[in-house]
Amino acid sequence: MKENTTWNWMAHIIYCILVVACLAPFLLLISSSLTDEREIISNGYSFFPKVFSTEAYDYLLSGGSNIVRAYGITAFVTIIGAGTGLLMTALLAYPLSRDDYPARTKLAFVVFFTLLFNGGLVPSYLVYTQILDLKNTIWALILPGLLMNGFNVMLMLTFFRTSIPKAIIESANMDGAGEFRIFWSIILRLSTPVLATVGLFQTLNYWNDWMNGTIYLTDTSLYGVQNLLNRILSDAQFLASNSFGANTSTLTTSTPLETVKMAIAVIGVIPILIAYPFFQKYFVKGIALGAVKG
Amino acid sequence: MAQIATDSKATIRGKKKRRFRKYLPLTLMVLPGLLYLLINNYIPMIGLLIAFKEINFAKGILASDWVGFKNFEYLFTTSDAYVITRNTILYNALWIVLGTSLAIMLAILLNEVRQKIFARFYQSIIVLPHLISIIIVAYLGYALLSLDTGLINKSILPALGLNEVNFYFEPKYWPYILTAVHLWKGIGFSVVVYFASIIGIDEEYYEAARLDGASKWQQIRSITIPLIAPVIIMLTLLSIGRIFYSDFGLFYQVPMNSGALYETTNVIDTYVYRGLLGLGDISMSAAAGFYQSIVGFALVLTANLIVRKLSKDNALF
Repeated sequence: MKENTTWNWMAHIIYCILVVACLAPFLLLISSSLTDEREIISNGYSFFPKVFSTEAYDYLLSGGSNIVRAYGITAFVTIIGAGTGLLMTALLAYPLSRDDYPARTKLAFVVFFTLLFNGGLVPSYLVYTQILDLKNTIWALILPGLLMNGFNVMLMLTFFRTSIPKAIIESANMDGAGEFRIFWSIILRLSTPVLATVGLFQTLNYWNDWMNGTIYLTDTSLYGVQNLLNRILSDAQFLASNSFGANTSTLTTSTPLETVKMAIAVIGVIPILIAYPFFQKYFVKGIALGAVKG
Repeated sequence: MAQIATDSKATIRGKKKRRFRKYLPLTLMVLPGLLYLLINNYIPMIGLLIAFKEINFAKGILASDWVGFKNFEYLFTTSDAYVITRNTILYNALWIVLGTSLAIMLAILLNEVRQKIFARFYQSIIVLPHLISIIIVAYLGYALLSLDTGLINKSILPALGLNEVNFYFEPKYWPYILTAVHLWKGIGFSVVVYFASIIGIDEEYYEAARLDGASKWQQIRSITIPLIAPVIIMLTLLSIGRIFYSDFGLFYQVPMNSGALYETTNVIDTYVYRGLLGLGDISMSAAAGFYQSIVGFALVLTANLIVRKLSKDNALF
C-alpha cells in the first residue's frame, strides 16, 4: 500500500507542474495586457505587472467596431458551417449504416478513400477560385475543407451501426414511417452523444480556422477573429490603418502597441476559456472516442 | 425462348426500378455529402495532374501547356526539395518518438492518481492547449520570445547573466522551440488517448499480480505496456504513414513566417503554401504538392500493410 501512496503523490506533483506549464502562458498574456505600456517597453512582458493599466482595452474599445464585426463573421461562419456540416455528415452516414442499402459498400469506400489520399492545397485552391469563384466571398470561409470530412462520417456510421437497434427502424417502417421521418425523429434522437462530439469538433474547427481566410480573402472586411489577430501580430501598421483606435491615420508614439497586441489576443481567446468548463467533459470524451476508432 | 428472355429481362429491370424507388429517400440523403466530397476531395485529386503543366493564368488552367517532368526537374535541382523533405521527416520522426514515449509515461502516471476528480481535472487542463488556435499560440510565443519585450529576453536571460537572443532571426534555436510548442500543444491529446486504453484494462490482472507480490514497475512492464501495445503500434504506424505531412500552422505562424528561419522551419506544407500565395512559383508548388500526395499515399498504404500483418483488427482496411 505504501508503494501506491508514493506513486499517487509523484503523479500529483508531476501533474501539478504540467497544469502550471499549460496555464502559465495564458496568465502571461492576460497580465501583460493589463500592464502599462512604458513598463513593458523597459522591462518586457511579465507575470506580475508593476504598473497596472487598462489603457490597451480603452484603446481597443474606443474604435472597436472592427473587432465586433470580426466576431460577427466568425459566429456566422461557425453556426452555418458547423450546423450544415453536422446535418450533411449524419445524412451521409445513416444510409451507409443500413445493411439493406444496396450502394453502402461502394459509397463507404468513396468516403474512406478521402482519408488516404488527397489533392492538397494547390488543386483545391484552383477548384475553389477558378471553378467556383469563391474568392473574397463569405462562402470561402465556410466551404473549403471544413464543411465535412470522411473521418466524422466513419465515426457516425460506426455509432449508428452499433448503438441503434435495427428492430426500432424495422418497426417504424412497419408503422408506415417514411425514411426521412425515421431519420429525423428516431435516428437523430437516439444519437445525441455522437452528434455532440462531432458538432463540438466542427464548431472548434470553424472557430479556430485561419487558413481559409488567409488563402481565399484579400478583402479584409471579411476577416474573422483569427485572421484579424493574425494580421495584427504580423503587421503593426494594420492596427492603425483599420481604425482600431481613436487616432486612425498613423501609429503615434502614444499608441500602446505592445499591450494592445496582448489585449487583442486576450479578447480573441477569452470566449473559449470561459466556455471551456462547460464543454470540457465532451471534449475529453471526444478525444478518447476518436482514439478508439483510430 | 426469346420471349422468356425479354420477359425475365423486363422483370429484372422492374425489380431494379422498384428497388431504386424503395431506396430513393436514402439516396437523396447521401447526395449532398457525396457532392461535397466530389468537389472538395475528388476533383482536386484529378487536379494533381497540373503538376505536369506550366501554369499560366492568362491562358487558363486547362489551356496551359503540358511540360512533362520539367517542374519536378526544377524542384529537385534546387536545394529546397532537400531541405523541406529533411525538415518534414526529421521533425515528424523526432516527435513520434518523443511524443509517444512521453505520452505513455504520463498516461501511466495519471492512472496512479487515486482521486478520480483530480484525474479528470488534470485531463481537462492538459488538453486545453490543443483547443486554442495556432494564432493564439503564435501570440503566446511572441510574448515569450520577442527581442524587445519577450519574457525570456527581458527577464530570464538577464537573470542568468546571459545576452539577449534574437529568436526570430536565429534558425538554430527553432528545432527546440518548435518541439517545445508541439509537445505543449499536443501531449495532452495523446495522454488522453493512451489513458483511455489503460483504464480499459481489467483490474483483475493487477490484483493477481499484487497477490504474487509484483512491484509497481513490474506491473507496468508486464501488464500495462503489453496490453496497450496494440494501440501504441497502431497509432505509431499511422503517424509514420503521415510523416510527409506537417502541422502547417505550427511551422508557419509560430515562427511568424520569418524568412531568416527557413533553414529549420520550412517544411513541405509551408513550401507549397508560399509557392502558391507568396513570392514562389506556382508550378513548383504544384510539383511539391504532387510529390507530397503520392509519397504520402504510398506511406499510408505501407503502414497499413504492416499493421494488417501484425494484427488484422487494428488495420484501417
